[in-house]
Amino acid sequence: MSLQHAFASALLAPDQTCPEGLFSSNGADPASRFAVYRNNIHSSLIDALAAAYPVTLQLVGDEFFRAMASLFVQAFPPTGPVISEYGGTFSDFIQGFEPAASVPYLADVARLERLRVRAYHAADSQTLDQQAVLETLQRQTELGALRLQLHPSLATLNSAYAVVAVWAAHQTEGAIATLNPWYAQGALVLRQGLAVKVIAIDSGSVAFINSLNHGAGLEMAVAHALEASADFDLHQCLTLLITHSAITHLHQEQKVSP
Amino acid sequence: MMTFSSPHTPSLAQAPGLPSRAGLGLKNQHFVEVLETSPDIGFFEVHAENYMVAGGPFHHYLGLIRAQYPLSLHGVGLSIGGEGPLNREHLARLATLIERYQPQSFSEHLAWSSHGPVFLNDLLPLAYDAATLGRVCEHVDQVQSTLKRPMLLENPSTYLQFQRSTLDETDFISEIIRRTGCGLLLDVNNVYVSCINHQRNALSYIDSLPLHAVGEIHLAGFAEDTDSLGDRLLIDDHGAPINNAVWQLYEQVLARIGPVPTLIERDNQVPAFSVLLAEAQHARRYLSQVIA
Repeated sequence: MSLQHAFASALLAPDQTCPEGLFSSNGADPASRFAVYRNNIHSSLIDALAAAYPVTLQLVGDEFFRAMASLFVQAFPPTGPVISEYGGTFSDFIQGFEPAASVPYLADVARLERLRVRAYHAADSQTLDQQAVLETLQRQTELGALRLQLHPSLATLNSAYAVVAVWAAHQTEGAIATLNPWYAQGALVLRQGLAVKVIAIDSGSVAFINSLNHGAGLEMAVAHALEASADFDLHQCLTLLITHSAITHLHQEQKVSP
Repeated sequence: MMTFSSPHTPSLAQAPGLPSRAGLGLKNQHFVEVLETSPDIGFFEVHAENYMVAGGPFHHYLGLIRAQYPLSLHGVGLSIGGEGPLNREHLARLATLIERYQPQSFSEHLAWSSHGPVFLNDLLPLAYDAATLGRVCEHVDQVQSTLKRPMLLENPSTYLQFQRSTLDETDFISEIIRRTGCGLLLDVNNVYVSCINHQRNALSYIDSLPLHAVGEIHLAGFAEDTDSLGDRLLIDDHGAPINNAVWQLYEQVLARIGPVPTLIERDNQVPAFSVLLAEAQHARRYLSQVIA
């Protein structure tokens, strides 16, 4: 076993093992010094998760969060040096984490917070002027074949819980007024300018936006939205996308020649 | 639209190297204040990995700040001392960042942090033997040829030593510099931390280094713990003001080599920008006492 392999294995091992071949010049037990490296790694990664999942932390408290994050770090250490990408699977871990089952919406709040981090660092893209979008939409004769390309930061989430309401309630200081998390809610996350926005949307809008993101034309996307919810309101959803500068391109679907 | 009046001319930002002045680590919580107040700072330094993201506020603000100030790009994740090959994807991302921001300096650590598929998010210690020396030199050569520029290598802070080591840390570093032509990022706090932890004399450690190669100095704070014997164990945590002993060592380094670009590092418990600015001001007093 190579020296670094032994060192790395001991750092990630659940017990406090110390690899062979180390010493302290004062004769101190090398394990007491090896612990510094172990602690640096664990605490820096737990801190990174705490910074990326602030509402998840608030929902369970600091002590519970750090204990849960510590188990995650041990089971799933980072696979690359870009720490803003670390923890993408934390929400799935939370979903299966038995002690957190009493907060059933915890995993979805974590998913929402992950989308916020991704939106914050997502690629920049020039968005279309709101007036230009409206004019193009009004001019179109074949509206159904129109494709809308959305900002790279944009993503949606469907939750069985009021995930946006829970998240929003933790954005202000002070006591949280009566909050009912027990209804289904969709979320739209995107970056407008430099600010990441979180907006509650219905399941029809989630289906519509996901469909657009998969390259469907308007007609197909509307069909998907109505499948998800008969109450889908196209006008309202388009207005939402336009006012949040979410549309980067508008173009006609390529007709396939017979 | 924000407009900025700045005492800094673009030519300063485009200087060929870092100025021999005090600089600060740029933290995202200070982006707006830096732009609004245009502090009189010699340069800013950023961690390369924080900017390995596609877009958004980090690039927006770094672009604006870079237009006004010289920049040092400091890597913390290349794992130059790793047993495995360098991560080519990571190296390519570094090259892209350097192309975009044209920093005056690029530096990395004499340490390892990746093993196989796992990134350990700390700067881990090396055994100082001939095999490690050869590998580190190959990696430094590869970095310098890929990035088409010389790099600075930072001396480590360590808590342990390897029985397998056959070379002194300072001989090891001197040999890397001799073989690869890279420069030295002399982290005075690391010197102090390691010398306390390994019962060495900090000044004789410094005098054993090729000081002619120093391209930048780092100053930071440490945390204090004890080992199993109850002896002082200093931890390089970048979470406190610079210790007086480190300032004194810094003064002695400057007396030996003259003014050098000097960075104040604070990565944890980041205080108000004014607190960091005051520490930079303190470094400036030391710098102004020595004649170039």
